[in-house]
Amino acid sequence: MGMPITVEVVDPSVSEADIEQVFAYFCTVDDTFSTYKEHSEISKINRGELDEEEYSDEMKTILALSEQTRQETHGYFDIQHNGIRDPSGIVKGWAILQAAHLLKDAGFSNFYIDAGGDIQVAGHKDGEPWRIGIRNPFERKEIVKVLSVTDKGVATSGTAIRGQHIYNPHDPDTPLQDIVSLTIIGPNVYEADRFATAAFAMGKRGIYFIEQLPGFEGYMIDATARATFTTGFERYVLRHDNTR
Amino acid sequence: MKKAVVSLIIIGAFVIYSIIHARPDLVAIVANTPGDTPSSSSSATTNSSTETTVTSSSTQTPGSLYRDGSYTGSVDDAQWGFVQVKAIITNGKITDVKFLQYPNDRERSIYINSIADPQLTSEAIQAQSANVDIVTGATDSSLAFMQSLTDALSQAQA
Repeated sequence: MGMPITVEVVDPSVSEADIEQVFAYFCTVDDTFSTYKEHSEISKINRGELDEEEYSDEMKTILALSEQTRQETHGYFDIQHNGIRDPSGIVKGWAILQAAHLLKDAGFSNFYIDAGGDIQVAGHKDGEPWRIGIRNPFERKEIVKVLSVTDKGVATSGTAIRGQHIYNPHDPDTPLQDIVSLTIIGPNVYEADRFATAAFAMGKRGIYFIEQLPGFEGYMIDATARATFTTGFERYVLRHDNTR
Repeated sequence: MKKAVVSLIIIGAFVIYSIIHARPDLVAIVANTPGDTPSSSSSATTNSSTETTVTSSSTQTPGSLYRDGSYTGSVDDAQWGFVQVKAIITNGKITDVKFLQYPNDRERSIYINSIADPQLTSEAIQAQSANVDIVTGATDSSLAFMQSLTDALSQAQA
């Protein structure tokens, strides 16, 4: 997927082989779903080289989940772009969750997996929930919000280019939808990732979509460096004095 | 020689013209206000389609099947929304066909505008302590590209 992946397991019984298993898993996911790899399954499908019966189980699963997400988001999530299918907006969260299951099945309960800023956390670090910082989209060395999270998924959709304007190419007269970052906290990282992708495409309306979605909270940053957040979001925020 | 060439061109044009106008099934639009001033309405019409027979009138170009003007077709149900087209006839020929609705965009637009607008809290973003375990944020790749490009360009300066 061409992004940094970080795995930390706190449980003392963890071995290097356990961590390696996670990285190896991401490699197989990349071999299947990367549109940058000429010989990946998705590239073959996009060139019309495979019949549906030949699709792997993982591919069938992802395509079915993508279609379900498309319906649930009224088309705002759609893997079809310019005649090519690119499921990366849903594969990342799904793969992280699968990898988290690998660690849980191996008996670990305090860890996190971070792939490109989408995160699944389990349990605690030093007796406290995991501290997750939201990066300032205008200044990447800065954190603008600190979250305290356990057994949840966190995903951020956005762009690091300052003031990049997002608009609907089919309707250029609609006011520019100037949001640069949307962070979602959900029951797990698969759910957070797919809805972060869809909600980002909704522009400034996305935060209202998240507000009416039970079990999800969101923090949206617009191009003027102003943030809007859902009504339940603050329960995850860690303040300066470490109170919640 | 020149007269033969000119004749050939005229005959060729006539043949092409005849072919175009002998194929009424090429376009499947429906005129809903024949003979009226051109309609530029883009609102949804009813689902029932109305067939009209083109009779001769003062606005019709001889030999053509269509009268000049713009015509908005019925709203038809595609899988994920509606499709509606507007055809513009000039000098008896179809000169433009516009899509008034795209399936995806109409449904998305209806949906996104139907979501309730509760009052949500806003704040200016503020730098916090960087004492965190993990960081979530926009992907680095686009920013890295910009930084790399800036660097390369600065090297390229004479």
